[in-house]
Amino acid sequence: MSKKGTAGNQGPGIRSDCFAALELKSSGGIEIILNSKVDALFKNSIQDLANQILDFFQIKDAKLEIIDRGALPFVLAARIEAAVKVCLDPQEEFLLEMIPENKYQTRKDRTRRSRLYLPGNSPKLMLNAGIHQPDGIILDLEDSVAPDKKEQARFLVRNALRQVNFYGAERMVRINQLPQGLDDLTYLVPHYVNLILLPKCESADQVQAVDKKISEILSDSGFDYPVYIMPIIESALGVVRAFEIASASGNVAALAIGLEDYTADLGAPRTKEGRETFFARTQVVNAARAAGIQAIDSVFSDVGDMDALRGVVLESKSLGFDGMGCIHPRQIKVIHESFAPTEKEIQKAEDIVRAFDEAASKGLGVVSLGSKMIDPPVVKRAQKTIDLAVKTGQLPENWREQGSDQDN
Amino acid sequence: MANKYVKNAVGRMIPEKINGKPVIPYQGVHKYKTTGRRYAPPLPSCADYPEDGNKLVKDLKTALKKAGLKDGMTISTHHHFRNGDLVANQIFIAASELGVKDLVWFPSASFHCHEPMIEYLKDGTIHHIEGSMNGPLGRFASLGNMKGTGVLRSHGGRYQAVQDGDVVIDIAVIASPTADPFGNANGLTGDSACGLLGFALADSQYAHKVIVVTDNLVPFPCVPWQIQGNYVDYVVEMDQIGIPERIISGTTRITKSPDRLFLAELTAKFCDEVGILYDGFSFQAGAGGTSLAIGNYFGEIMRKKGIKARFARGGSNQYLVEMLEEGLIDYILDGQTFDLAGVRSMRENPNHVNTSPFTSYNYHGKGNFAGIVDVVILGATEVDVNYNANVVTHSDGYLLHGIGGWQNCLFSKNVILPIPLFRDRIPIIRDEVTTICGPGELIDVIVTERGIAINPRRKDLLDAVKNSKLPIRTIEDLKEEAERICGKPEPVEFGERVIAGINWVDGTVIDVVRQVIE
Repeated sequence: MSKKGTAGNQGPGIRSDCFAALELKSSGGIEIILNSKVDALFKNSIQDLANQILDFFQIKDAKLEIIDRGALPFVLAARIEAAVKVCLDPQEEFLLEMIPENKYQTRKDRTRRSRLYLPGNSPKLMLNAGIHQPDGIILDLEDSVAPDKKEQARFLVRNALRQVNFYGAERMVRINQLPQGLDDLTYLVPHYVNLILLPKCESADQVQAVDKKISEILSDSGFDYPVYIMPIIESALGVVRAFEIASASGNVAALAIGLEDYTADLGAPRTKEGRETFFARTQVVNAARAAGIQAIDSVFSDVGDMDALRGVVLESKSLGFDGMGCIHPRQIKVIHESFAPTEKEIQKAEDIVRAFDEAASKGLGVVSLGSKMIDPPVVKRAQKTIDLAVKTGQLPENWREQGSDQDN
Repeated sequence: MANKYVKNAVGRMIPEKINGKPVIPYQGVHKYKTTGRRYAPPLPSCADYPEDGNKLVKDLKTALKKAGLKDGMTISTHHHFRNGDLVANQIFIAASELGVKDLVWFPSASFHCHEPMIEYLKDGTIHHIEGSMNGPLGRFASLGNMKGTGVLRSHGGRYQAVQDGDVVIDIAVIASPTADPFGNANGLTGDSACGLLGFALADSQYAHKVIVVTDNLVPFPCVPWQIQGNYVDYVVEMDQIGIPERIISGTTRITKSPDRLFLAELTAKFCDEVGILYDGFSFQAGAGGTSLAIGNYFGEIMRKKGIKARFARGGSNQYLVEMLEEGLIDYILDGQTFDLAGVRSMRENPNHVNTSPFTSYNYHGKGNFAGIVDVVILGATEVDVNYNANVVTHSDGYLLHGIGGWQNCLFSKNVILPIPLFRDRIPIIRDEVTTICGPGELIDVIVTERGIAINPRRKDLLDAVKNSKLPIRTIEDLKEEAERICGKPEPVEFGERVIAGINWVDGTVIDVVRQVIE
């Protein structure tokens, strides 16, 4: 192990982050050199936190330099801990309070229209992610984190899970490809993560390895809450094995597709029309449906072009996808609007649910609308449409009392 | 002799004298009124001016000498060129060369381009600044390096101070994009076109000597004469008086930040839900990225509802001009033009009207426009739980911004401050603001990305949101959330020395800024 360790980011343009450089010494006690943008207001609290962490790891003699650009405590703590763990290898983790707001669980079939990618080593983008109200946020440990920052990003993501309020968004983490990704789980699972994204998934084994590791960590740490898995299909082989992957575990909540890597694997350029990915996308939707889970589309990378995004989302919805990824908060609203049921769809769903209610109240086993018989899956689907319409404000919660348009 | 301090109506300790002159502590909104008559400059006679109307002199230095520049005088300039001003610095270069000392610089605002003034503050040419001190000048003053004490006033307060004789302008230097040899001037044409010259109006009327400086001299008459040559003593022609691309301020673009857009959209939604956006309403939004975005969202809502605004107060810019040209706004009443689209519109469109602090903000007017505006969107560096707000200092105590028209705009019917709950790690809602610039009784709504706080005095607004899905919260609740995220800020220690006074619109002192200890 090294005598010196650094973590974090510095330089022009860095905000809400800090850089910590630790040098272990053999004598002389603790020396903390603080250069902070918010020095006037938080000098003592930053120094206290730094001392507390060094003390926690039983470091008695060291020089710690902190260049702070307004980092919140969870960031400072992650950076200092990461610097410590370059030098030492203690088993303990320095854990800040798990804020009560973050102790929520999600449902396997919850709405997953949008999931916002947040680079796992960039704290600034995490702070306000929740206010844009995506259905989910993804703290990303994989492609958006440089190889030499992978280790420190784990601490930051762990601390974000404990301390950043995402205001009800499903808290997802994209781990690294296996086997590295299995080690990531230790930093995530005991911290109320809701869902793990498994990138470049090509087999049921990989899903099961993740699932097994999750349940081991949960039982070791005495927690009992669901942690779902969303494998991402990003290769030709993955597409072929889509169903096997989708049905590998009861904890797989959704199957996603990642088109950048997939088209690279195909050797076909990714086009606007998307003919080259049509097979893979429909295959993923089909496999997901066959396994009874959700299908989630890739991201749209031109963050300036909302009209094009709208087109892509509408196509996605028409293929049967339930949601897609976002790489910019401004995409969320467009995605939600485009995945929202149309008036016609809502009307039809209302009629179906009413017919079902009526049949149920009469004790009838068979539901019919007009001359058509309605199967239970159709009712379930209609109920989902209604739920979404209520959620998006298209329907009032008490829509039943308002009467259907047909009655009026 | 040590200064004695008295507590003013917002509980701040105010010295009895600033720069040796007695001050009147703030007494409350509309509580203090001066009596007597307006200040009047010496009476001129046309017999003393060239009969052919040609007031051209060789250069600025000559004009200053002829104007009688001497130690201790007050020199005024204007910020129509914003960060592209090339004239103000030259005044003090000339003064320094002439060995003149202890001048008071009385700008309507200062910018980063005025950083060279620090040299003249250091060598004693300038004693102190009465006007905004932005960026480097503010930092210099904050550390106690300015010989005298700064005085900050609003745009309206500047007019008031001149009319009260609180500030006697010895020499006004008016940089004018176009002028004639008689001194008629306007900002509509020329390489340095900036739209209007409203901030120089009081100075032209009340200064003892008035110098017009231009790089676009036209034969008499220069029309329209936004500045009337009959007030002008000397005219100077220069190669270049402004840098056009810096006159067009860089902040006049709609923000791309998703967080700020979110704040802007939430603000617009709030205004719509509480009924501020009715057919024939009026609004004022500043030039910051968030404010511009709010104007844009107003436009979207107006289109959807099929309504229009009777007038918008500018700071005009391309977005406001587009709304005027689209027919969403009947009139722009413009205080300063922020871009060339604004300049063009003011030149060509009779519904784009040039205004001044006299019409809009002056305390000694028989009414002013500010109170007629339905809604104004303003910024702040801090707000406290009593809705008092700060717009000049940061939480670490540094004086870094001017007041501008901010205080004057507080008299609008609805004052809304969209601000992030925290910047980096610094919570914006505090127990007490570092510097009170505006009393809480005039500030109605704080919109943050994590919730909207309505001043309890505004029961009508609270009623209007009763069944709304908007995230309405108490200001204490928002403060607590910010402190849970950021931690509770530690108290900041200041030096004893007062480095600037903050005047209220009536000329009283609402707060002072103390020296920062590094």
